[in-house]
Amino acid sequence: MMSAARRGLLEANRGRYEELRAAGQSATPKRLPEPTPREGAVIAADAIIRREMVPPGWYTTVALRRGEALRVTDPSGRSSVSMIGWRQEDPSERINCADTVKVQWTAALAKGRVIFSDMGRVLLSLIEDTSGAHDLLAGGSTPASTLAAYGATTRNTYDNFLGAAAKLGLGLRDVPPCITFFAPVVVGADGRFAWKRERKHAGDFVDLRAEMNLVLAISNCAHPLDPARPAASEDITLTRYRAPPAAADDPCRTGSPEAARAFTFTDRLFA
Amino acid sequence: MSTLSSMQAVYTDDIPAEHPWSRRIARGQTLRIIDSEGQQAVDALLYGADDAAERYSAQDTMRAGNSPYVGLGSKLISNKGRVLACLTADTCGMHDTSAGCCSCESNAVRFGEDTRYQHACRENFILELSKYGMTKRDIVANLNFFMNVPIEPSGNFTVVDGISASGNYVDITAEMDVIFVISNCPQINNPCNGFNPTPIRVEIFDPPAA
Repeated sequence: MMSAARRGLLEANRGRYEELRAAGQSATPKRLPEPTPREGAVIAADAIIRREMVPPGWYTTVALRRGEALRVTDPSGRSSVSMIGWRQEDPSERINCADTVKVQWTAALAKGRVIFSDMGRVLLSLIEDTSGAHDLLAGGSTPASTLAAYGATTRNTYDNFLGAAAKLGLGLRDVPPCITFFAPVVVGADGRFAWKRERKHAGDFVDLRAEMNLVLAISNCAHPLDPARPAASEDITLTRYRAPPAAADDPCRTGSPEAARAFTFTDRLFA
Repeated sequence: MSTLSSMQAVYTDDIPAEHPWSRRIARGQTLRIIDSEGQQAVDALLYGADDAAERYSAQDTMRAGNSPYVGLGSKLISNKGRVLACLTADTCGMHDTSAGCCSCESNAVRFGEDTRYQHACRENFILELSKYGMTKRDIVANLNFFMNVPIEPSGNFTVVDGISASGNYVDITAEMDVIFVISNCPQINNPCNGFNPTPIRVEIFDPPAA
């Protein structure tokens, strides 16, 4: 038999959960900023550290320090960009898609949201985003998914992440589930995935501000749910630039009570 | 319903509330997980018994099933694209594989820092995986049997009250030799366990005689 005291604690926990859920699914979305206009948020020329292009099918690694950001741009509107990332000083800390979804009460990443590590800290903040159509669920392409889609195994995100990890001294064990930008995957009312092509636009970009020192692996391969045959990916552009750490009133930091706590825990790494 | 009767089980264990468990399951064997008292989330990971770098991949499983949920007939896919196991019976009908496991660190973010020192699934996984020489690096996004996490077309994502009743079970038949790892979820801050973690039972069945 459960004690009255424990019953009381559990009832209190249920009440708190319902309050957090209400805040997370109504108050927080209202506080999110509007999407960035595709012609907006021009990066000051003197803030740019490096700009590079990644051809379709290929990957690169980007080291990003706290105080820097990375703009990922899809000029053609036909590419999707899969990404994983590790904390530079301890790569056992890495991107965690499940926590990113669960903690923010949504699978829909957009401007004002953050990407979590597995340690309750913020890896990256979406400080600009024209798209709001990103996938945290279905993952990147694999040898099997390209064979099924195109009739032959092509370059794919699984192989790309292995290559990127290897060049950092890491291996298959270090490759976690990925996020894919410009991948408009939604879960329909029938519980099935659907691809919303109309949510992809030429010139879409997302700006990721590093909240700790990171290494990112970025793969420019068609998303496995993208119906284009053959794959229609084009070059993508990566622009690394100086971006000051989140101020006290930063919209990503203040977007939700959960984000505020995660920033507090992240800041402790640098206190 | 399954044709397997508990009388035929070659192994049975009751896993207390909040505890981990693991066992090697041979190809062809079936693991039954029984939600003994109802509304109990069971976090689970699978690793290749011969090469643990091959392990359960939630994203590959969701993509292969074209759905964020798993149920009867779902193939559990490895990070190398192979079928680790299949769901061969399911009397519950609602299982998650997108929400991951609870950790002390994510609890502190979600529910406040006063929840940091509560037992969590990742603590269970770390301890259980250590028996096989694995570490936190080897913990990937897991399965959550009996956990009800609807995702709406808007993206809204909520852990809601489990629908499993006392005695509901799921059968997982191994397609290759695997290490099957369970954390009987200790979470008391959301409805995945009805705010009250309870014991579960596991049974293992040999393949039917040819």
